[in-house]
Amino acid sequence: MSEKFDCIVVGAGPAGTACAYELAKAGVNVLLLERGEYPGSKNVMGGVLYRQMMEDIIPEFYKEAPIERPIVEQRFMMMDKESALTFSYKGLEWAREPYNNFTVLRAKFDQWFAEKAVEQGALLVCETVALECIVENGRVVGVRTDRPDGDVYADVVVLADGVNSLLAKQLGFHREWRPDEVALATMEILKLDKGVIEDRFNLEPGQGCTIELFGDATKGILGTGFLYTNKDSLSIGVGTLLSGLIKHKIRPYELLEYVKNHPMIRPYLQGSEPIEYLAHLIPEGGYHSIPKVAGNGVLVVGDAAQLVNAIHREGSNMAMTSGRLAAETIVMAKEYNDFSEGMLDQYRMKLMESFIGQDLKKYKDATHHFDKFPQYFEKYIPMLNRAASQMFTVDGTSKWEKQKKIWRDIGSVGEKFKLARDVMKAWRVMK
Amino acid sequence: MNKAQTIEEKQYLVRFNADTKSHLHVLDPDICLTKCPDKICTIFCPASVYKWEEIRMHVGYEGCHECGSCRIGCPYENIRWEYPRGGHGIVFRLG
Repeated sequence: MSEKFDCIVVGAGPAGTACAYELAKAGVNVLLLERGEYPGSKNVMGGVLYRQMMEDIIPEFYKEAPIERPIVEQRFMMMDKESALTFSYKGLEWAREPYNNFTVLRAKFDQWFAEKAVEQGALLVCETVALECIVENGRVVGVRTDRPDGDVYADVVVLADGVNSLLAKQLGFHREWRPDEVALATMEILKLDKGVIEDRFNLEPGQGCTIELFGDATKGILGTGFLYTNKDSLSIGVGTLLSGLIKHKIRPYELLEYVKNHPMIRPYLQGSEPIEYLAHLIPEGGYHSIPKVAGNGVLVVGDAAQLVNAIHREGSNMAMTSGRLAAETIVMAKEYNDFSEGMLDQYRMKLMESFIGQDLKKYKDATHHFDKFPQYFEKYIPMLNRAASQMFTVDGTSKWEKQKKIWRDIGSVGEKFKLARDVMKAWRVMK
Repeated sequence: MNKAQTIEEKQYLVRFNADTKSHLHVLDPDICLTKCPDKICTIFCPASVYKWEEIRMHVGYEGCHECGSCRIGCPYENIRWEYPRGGHGIVFRLG
């Protein structure tokens, strides 16, 4: 396999495949390496794929790609032990073209996407681990794989090897991630009849709904749960910072069972059958954790570069856009036959100017803030639930008296000031 | 699906193509024995790969989801973590 390509892309997830697709389309000779049996076999996602960034690569992909349901409603549940305060937006503009987002099952979607890259001319090789980058004279010139005679060479290597990002770490682009820079998510796919899903989630045939779960879903630990509708299954999961699991000594699969059996969630799942259990890390270090993304002969894209907006559960879209921007940069570098860091750094600039850099910058301190001050999830969400219960329970108490009770529930004058300060601080890290 | 499911039941839903040798290695078994009372990897591992057996850590690599948590979360950086050989390890069929 000792061959030379224009470009080697390591990892056939959304970032790597987007990059390989765009490169192949531009006539670049590209090798796409995947360690799994097939693309998607190692990949996990709650399930929301955003239409715009995928369409930037393949227009009207949703007409042929294996998507589950277009999402027409997004709900947000602030949960206490046996109550929930729910916000929702449902809009029929999301039920028709061009759509906003879709649920997908990654093992199916990633295979389809990789096939599209192959149709464009990319060479896909599965069941192959990239063990390390081959570095000569300070520049990456290829990768060493676990195949016999497995050295492959290229002008440029794109690292799309996912959240663990072992190759960029070997190159010294980042240190090992800390437990507060990654979230551990576990999820299950639960089989459930189409019609039951539509009745239960108030959907017209084919439409989908997402529910994000905060507060008691993670027993107050920083993180979220989610419940998404697929065609004839549900995806339910829960993710918390690894540091949170360590600190609270919680088994992630027990937390998942806790969510599944929560009285606010259990009725949605009634009669369903678990058909797959999955665990994966999500890079949630945000802006401050973005590593060096361009070096001599090498670029880093997607999860490997920590490109995830945890607040808005966006990641696959950033992966695709980063892959596309990397491809644009490589096409330009090829014109000048210059694959030095100076040239490839154009990618970093494009990335930072795009919505990726902008959004990650906007929320650069958010995860850290909510991690450092656990009262938002532990204390304020239950307080909101109690306030709603108080206000909406009709028991002969006057509304003024109810408001007084809610006000007293916040606690002492000091605690009231603390709440006001926390609201201000939350606004500051989210604005 | 009302009763809580055990991790064993969950793992039964997953397809694995296990390699013959482990991709996970405890570097110094002594550290687990003498320095690490919590043995936190036995708690946060989502597949319950790590099990403490009186004096040693049993590593059931065959059921690993390859998430990387143990490498990052081990307080003594005592786990060498590699990917299984190409085509081996976990095979997700859906998610």
